[in-house]
Amino acid sequence: MNVLGDLISSMIAFAVPLILVALGAMFSERSGTINIALEGIMIIGALVASLIFKFLNESQLAVTAPQLCVLIGILGAAIVGALYSFFLAFASIRLKADQTIGGTALNMLAPALAIVVTWAIQGQGQTAIYTPSWVPLAIAPIDANFFERIFLKSMYLTTPICILVIAAATIIIYKTKFGLRLRSCGENPAAADSVGINVYKMRYTGVMISGALAGIGGVAFTLAAGSGFASTVAGYGFLALAVMIFGNWQPLKIAFAALLFAFFKSLSGMSGSIPFLPSFENVKESLYIYLMIPYIVTMIILALTSKKSRAPKAEGIPYDKGSR
Amino acid sequence: MKNSNFFSQMMSSIGKFFVKIWNGILNLRKKRGFNSILASLFSIVIGIVIGLLLMLMIKPKDAFYGLAMMLTGGVSNISNIFQVLYTAAPLLMTGLAVGFAFKTGLFNIGAAGQYTVGAFFAIFGAVILKLPWYLDILLAALGGALWGAIPGLFKAFLNVNEVITSIMFNWIGLFAVDLIIANTPRLLDTYYGGADQSRAVNVAGVNPGAKLPSLGMESLSPYMNVGIFIAIILAIVMFIILNKTTFGYELKACGYNKESSKYAGINAKRNIVLSMAISGALAGIGGALTYLAGTAQMQVTKSISPIGFNGIPVALLGMSNPIGIIFSALFIAYIQIGGNAMQPEFATEVIDIVISVIIYLSAFSLVFKQAIDKYLLNRKRKQIDLELAEENKPKPPAVETPKEGDLQ
Repeated sequence: MNVLGDLISSMIAFAVPLILVALGAMFSERSGTINIALEGIMIIGALVASLIFKFLNESQLAVTAPQLCVLIGILGAAIVGALYSFFLAFASIRLKADQTIGGTALNMLAPALAIVVTWAIQGQGQTAIYTPSWVPLAIAPIDANFFERIFLKSMYLTTPICILVIAAATIIIYKTKFGLRLRSCGENPAAADSVGINVYKMRYTGVMISGALAGIGGVAFTLAAGSGFASTVAGYGFLALAVMIFGNWQPLKIAFAALLFAFFKSLSGMSGSIPFLPSFENVKESLYIYLMIPYIVTMIILALTSKKSRAPKAEGIPYDKGSR
Repeated sequence: MKNSNFFSQMMSSIGKFFVKIWNGILNLRKKRGFNSILASLFSIVIGIVIGLLLMLMIKPKDAFYGLAMMLTGGVSNISNIFQVLYTAAPLLMTGLAVGFAFKTGLFNIGAAGQYTVGAFFAIFGAVILKLPWYLDILLAALGGALWGAIPGLFKAFLNVNEVITSIMFNWIGLFAVDLIIANTPRLLDTYYGGADQSRAVNVAGVNPGAKLPSLGMESLSPYMNVGIFIAIILAIVMFIILNKTTFGYELKACGYNKESSKYAGINAKRNIVLSMAISGALAGIGGALTYLAGTAQMQVTKSISPIGFNGIPVALLGMSNPIGIIFSALFIAYIQIGGNAMQPEFATEVIDIVISVIIYLSAFSLVFKQAIDKYLLNRKRKQIDLELAEENKPKPPAVETPKEGDLQ
């Protein structure tokens, strides 16, 4: 039972960054821009938050109101993430360039910038920024029971924020004027333009929302990884793109898809301690079998559900007023 | 008599060839391609300037030393020159893979996985099957093609976006290769007395015939081999396929507009799978060129090869044109070796920042090109204005005064 508790807690910890970033990707694609730069934006967000944590660590605020400090870090990551994604928006909306160009550049820039900045601040070769001990929301007792394991172990401020974001995204996309306009820009920008919606403004907004969420997602990833910030998010930005397609561009389905993926991911992380899983005793490094499973499962589900998959019609195509 | 006739004919045709090239160079300035090259060079200069500014911010007193290393590190000694060529070869292959897929309307972000699977096939062929190097390269192409064809099949028959499938199969390929290497004792370094358990054996040590020929220049540098020439030849072959054959035309047509190419009788599904397989084969050969050189050993690792991902910037910088990719791969390899020379004053990642700025600026290339076009046009206009002014100068009175005969 305790193992199951650990499994669920680890699943939630890994699902949170995926959900946040995939929802971000959804906002961007619903507005008509494919955000390939999520990986880079996550790294920048994580870098900013880790630096904020590091500087607040010496201050009095970290003792009196640690969660306020965490919130400051998360907000910083969101703001910088949105600003960073502006570069992608500018290249693909204003300059009408191929969207892979801006995305590739930002993905390449982010880890390099993170390493250079970390070195400049911490000294040469010091590539990791450690997360201070006051960051977790709660600390599980050593003899924690099933529920304590789920709710106290690896629980960070990003988890409640993630739940709020799922609810907010569902409402914004389906129940508000803004959501309808955003979706229309991704489906048929010319028609949206003809009724007076500013397509460019909508797309900038969509990309920058995705930047803010990806920034927060980067923080969530770094916290879930546990050992601090090491200038990487291990491909989660790209995974989030897959999760978004898997979730068919719909907030609740995205959340479900992310949980499913995270479940298999944490299964691989804990394959040694779960008694009922086959241990492949004749195979060396059987860990790699478990590492492969989440990706294979995702592929199988994608293949089975692909007929129903519906991407926003105008995604990836730069909108040109003159072509109307 | 016949022979000399043939000889002179050949000489004259060679002469004509050179004249043609020279005329081509002269005409280049007038062509649109020239402006895009100019725009790329402009991006490169700005990228390097930003790199310099960054270094000035971090360590002002070492910044210009860093710049000098970045720009000259690649030619600072003979060994570095060969290392540039060695680094460029796999980059050129993964760049070609991504660029070729771009040309056919596909985003192959899975070059990294295809590279890894190709590398594994090459090592397997060399170590277990004891095949010579050229067959190992063919095997690598086969492995890469297989790994590339899977996203193609998913896209063609199940309508799953190739970006997602390639990303997933990057990881699946990596972990599968890890698993197989870890479970094949004869592939491991430890089997041959090595110490590292998580490393495949050096190919050259086990099967000297699998090592890429060094063209007799091994004494100059262990990095010297035919890899870069193979890569360049393949780039030229890809250029010809894309631009001079019906097959290439069909592939490109599918990229531009799938529906209308279907209407024209092109089998779009088959072409998507073929494009991805060819792209994968190119990336797979890149893997072979890295490990058959005999200077690197494949690691059992949890992180995806950066060479595969770096194919994307190489392709973008080369504007997906195979010939452009030759130069962009050489440039990126050159500046990377320069980056190694910058250590320990600066992290090599400064180079990645410079490259990413250059890539980002290539999004501006259209704007740059328009600016250059405008400038040239204005200059031309001024010239024409001048010429017109010359013509319209007050002419000698003899012309203006009407002839007597006309009036009467």
